[in-house]
Amino acid sequence: MNVSMNWLKEYVTIDCDVQTFADKMTMSGSNVDRIEKKGEAITDVVVGKVLEIIKHPDADKLVVTQVDVGEKTIQIVTGAQNMKVGDLVPVALPGANLAEGLKIKEGKLRGIASNGMMCSVEELGLDPEHFPDAPEHGIYVIKGDYPLGSDAKPIFGLGDAIVEFEITSNRPDCFSLLGIAREAAATINTDFHYPKIQYNEVAGDMNQHASVEVIATDLCPRFVAKILVDVDIKPSPKWMQDRLRSVGIRPINNLVDITNFVMVEMGQPMHAYDLEELTHGKIIVRRANDKEKMMTLDGEERELDNTMLVIAGEEEVIGVAGVMGGEGSKVKDHTGMILLEAANFDPASIRKTSKKIGLRTDASTKFEKHLDPNTALIAMERACQLAEMIGAGRVMAGIIDVNKSERKPNKVAYNVGNINRLLGTDISEKEMVGYFKRLEFVVDEDQKEILAPTFRADIECEADLAEEVARLYGYDRLPTTLATGTPTVGKKSFTQRMEDLTRQIMEDCSLNEAMTYSFESPKVYEKLNLGPDSHLRLAVKIDNPLGEDFSIMRTTTVNGMLQALSNNYAKRNEKVGLYEIGTIYEPKAIPLKELPKESQKLTIGMYGDCDFFKLKGILETLFEAFNCLNHAKWDPNIEVSYLHPGRKAKVIMKNKEIGYIGEVHPDVLDAYDIHEKAYIAVIDMKDLIDEASLDHKYTPVPRYPAVNRDVAMLVKEEILVGAIEEVIRARSGKMLEKLELFDVYKGKQIEAGYKSVAYALSFRAADRTLQEKEISKTMEKILKGLENELGATLRK
Amino acid sequence: MKEQLEAIKIKVVKSLSNVADLKALEEVRINILGKKGELTSILKGMKDVEPKDRPMIGALVNEVRADIEAAIETAKNSLVSKAREQQLKEEVIDVTMPSNKKVLGHRHPMHIVLEDLKNIFIGMGYQIAKGPEVEEDYYNFKALNIPEDHPARDEQDTFYIDKNFVLRTSTSPTQVHVMEHEKPPIRVIAPGRVYRSDEVDATHSPMFHQVEGLVIDEHITMADLKGALAEFVKELYGEDAKVRFRPHYFPFTEPSAEVDVSCFKCGGTGCNICKGSGWIEILGCGMVHPKVLEMSGIDSTKYSGFAFGMGLERITMLRYGIEDLRLFYENDIRFLKQF
Repeated sequence: MNVSMNWLKEYVTIDCDVQTFADKMTMSGSNVDRIEKKGEAITDVVVGKVLEIIKHPDADKLVVTQVDVGEKTIQIVTGAQNMKVGDLVPVALPGANLAEGLKIKEGKLRGIASNGMMCSVEELGLDPEHFPDAPEHGIYVIKGDYPLGSDAKPIFGLGDAIVEFEITSNRPDCFSLLGIAREAAATINTDFHYPKIQYNEVAGDMNQHASVEVIATDLCPRFVAKILVDVDIKPSPKWMQDRLRSVGIRPINNLVDITNFVMVEMGQPMHAYDLEELTHGKIIVRRANDKEKMMTLDGEERELDNTMLVIAGEEEVIGVAGVMGGEGSKVKDHTGMILLEAANFDPASIRKTSKKIGLRTDASTKFEKHLDPNTALIAMERACQLAEMIGAGRVMAGIIDVNKSERKPNKVAYNVGNINRLLGTDISEKEMVGYFKRLEFVVDEDQKEILAPTFRADIECEADLAEEVARLYGYDRLPTTLATGTPTVGKKSFTQRMEDLTRQIMEDCSLNEAMTYSFESPKVYEKLNLGPDSHLRLAVKIDNPLGEDFSIMRTTTVNGMLQALSNNYAKRNEKVGLYEIGTIYEPKAIPLKELPKESQKLTIGMYGDCDFFKLKGILETLFEAFNCLNHAKWDPNIEVSYLHPGRKAKVIMKNKEIGYIGEVHPDVLDAYDIHEKAYIAVIDMKDLIDEASLDHKYTPVPRYPAVNRDVAMLVKEEILVGAIEEVIRARSGKMLEKLELFDVYKGKQIEAGYKSVAYALSFRAADRTLQEKEISKTMEKILKGLENELGATLRK
Repeated sequence: MKEQLEAIKIKVVKSLSNVADLKALEEVRINILGKKGELTSILKGMKDVEPKDRPMIGALVNEVRADIEAAIETAKNSLVSKAREQQLKEEVIDVTMPSNKKVLGHRHPMHIVLEDLKNIFIGMGYQIAKGPEVEEDYYNFKALNIPEDHPARDEQDTFYIDKNFVLRTSTSPTQVHVMEHEKPPIRVIAPGRVYRSDEVDATHSPMFHQVEGLVIDEHITMADLKGALAEFVKELYGEDAKVRFRPHYFPFTEPSAEVDVSCFKCGGTGCNICKGSGWIEILGCGMVHPKVLEMSGIDSTKYSGFAFGMGLERITMLRYGIEDLRLFYENDIRFLKQF
């Protein structure tokens, strides 16, 4: 909401400078986004009178003028042709600063001295669109009488300050100058001068000339109309144009200007119809028919549907209600009788219509904000007053006020103790009542109740009153205390601590933390080679997405990770390792009947200077930190379409599958434009954390020596070393302290289809030195087991 | 015999001065003192010495032996220390050569900041809660005092799944979940992802992060809200940071406020970061609306509380001077490694 300080000061006395005023308003709840001081940089422009114009002796296109600037007359050479002797013009004196950094100096033009410049509106930094009387590429000729040599800036509204307020959605009343003025008066505790509205009517009865029927009563809570006769369409007076210009509205003609003026002042959009264009003077407020067409004022043809509210004549639509009028019934220069409309429309309907037809106007933005229907009548009367005042027409007696739903003021009880308890203050009742009155609340001090004005429908309960008290008392004056009451223990849960630990370990393992989007495109199913029946295809779909790329909630974190790797690859980053703890969203069924399951996945992705076992090592490091490495197993029997079929494994923790690891399938790498081997792992955080423990049990450090034995065997190639280790562990019981694979060999001296595998075993007992006999017995058991279960033969 | 002993002594001293290493020294020792050494050989001649002279000669022999042993020991020590000196000399390294430092990974800047926030609030007695991102319409709107036709529904540009489910537009629904499941006193923060239908640009993303806070207890006042957040701002931005509360509107709090901190770049005089105002908005807050308390099953006549919410992207951008929010989601390691 842009507010001109000059205009605002008509309704409220503001003595302080604009910055102080803005600060006060911000602190009372009307946040100031910006202050624009109009023409701040422009200096030394005065009113001058053209005394003489003669031709330049040496230049056809120049003239030499004498201009009276008050105390003296100066000579100015100019190329402009539009001014006449006797005209008042804005004159930039030597040393003047104009728009866009232009500086005026004394000089010569084709040998003739020129000691200043006559200005166009552009040179004063103004929009020529806002000055309908400004000539194209010419000097602006000032109308009216001003002392010669006086500052010309105020004539153009320069020197005014425009304050831009951020208005919150609970305060639609502040989308008007009067609303801001009321807030200003309450804030600085001064009087608020509401305009006195009065006008005369000419004989007749408008109801004889026009009628309004509201069919869609739900979408139009009020429709007020009056008729102006003897309408004389012409430019509005300068003061009204100045007001409109100050808030960025282009003056058009007196009638349009009146409706715009009232819209800014009262916050109520209005519309004027040429009564002669309305068959039988009839207006119908109804829903549009499907595919009904109309031409809006901007000359565009619009196709409507039956959710939209329109203003119609007997035959055709003449306006999209609350958004824009129609070309057909627009006020023309020769219009004699016009019908003025001040209506109230359903905000949601206006919002939807405006969105659907792609047309947001000053009117529609106002109607979207729950305007007070009571304002419609006041605004109509204000418009009539202005029409009479500026001679735009005369007001015919009679009024149409249809579907008149008047808003009742809210009654709210207050309890001074409660309000103080909520704020932590000790404000007296007298002071609170004073604030209420400043806000135009009617206070009943016996019943401890207030009546809020109808434009303050946001005041509904005591907490609302507490805020009114707090903001006028000053948020900055409220005490600052630390909550007493029952102490609580601040801490992280076990899960949160384990997530922290995971991040720490990942970073210790050289991985950088990534963050990827929760939503993605269904196209990723194809990129990841997913089969048509893959459970990952069952995803939550967004009904109104920002395009396909953001249209489903991810069911896997892999696409995000591969995309992140791909981004890095495209930027030629070498040796990239990333991790993310991210959420996936798994619906039970679509459409949703209950919330989807949201689970946290640790995802690791890397390329460059890495292999399967580096990634496996990172996971094992994590498992060690989680105290569950002993329970981890790696099983290649898993179907994952985006992994290399020979380089993948599911990760099993205590017989539960908690995730998988593998090299990315070359087809998938191609799809992501990664032309290097890449590895990924995905682990379910909850499943992992379920097996984690931060408890450590102490056992005494060993006092007896360990006994070491090596064992080398020949097994079939396809036997996994993991299986060999399982057998060794199972057969050696508690005595086995450590086993270490130190050699796997295929090739010369080894029969085809076989491999040689060698382990170093280390045995120890806590309570004695192991005897050779015990070791031999255990070794025998191990070898027998390997032989029986895996067909291994001992190498000697 | 006496003369022989003297001669050996002189010979030893002479040969020791020529000894270059421990091996040569050992040879000298064996030649003199060994089983077949010269001194040993002389001792074999003791039997021919007159018995009366034997004690004198014996003492002399011992004296010569001790002298020789001492001389060898001295020579040995000097050789050892020379060798150590030599070793140390040879082992000089260029300490400016590169190390084999472990390459550390880096945390995402938003999680660095989030961790700071968590620690500040944990220190103030808060726990950390979590709520669903795909949310029931009820929790995202109605339970937060945003009825069907409320303009706030449009302002928030909601992503809808269908008429019953949405992607949450703020972390505020978590307030309701916490209130429904826990009894006061409640002190929690709830960080998480939220979604709004904004096209991606330097300051907007359809997905971003918020941190919600909620305190419910008996006698909680707006002064307590100011106190808690003033403390938070000091922890986050330093003792000198000034904080300003100004009235604002949120449907689920009343009274409501926005919180500004004094611009950390210009200190309040006005610059491009604070758009000339000297203040930077960092969070929204307020006293939990009595309707919200009641809908969540909390007796609003007995309990009161405050809530606050802030954008993690924004706070992180301000902390590090990052100008483009898209960097957070591109995962370029040249960006990530800076933190």
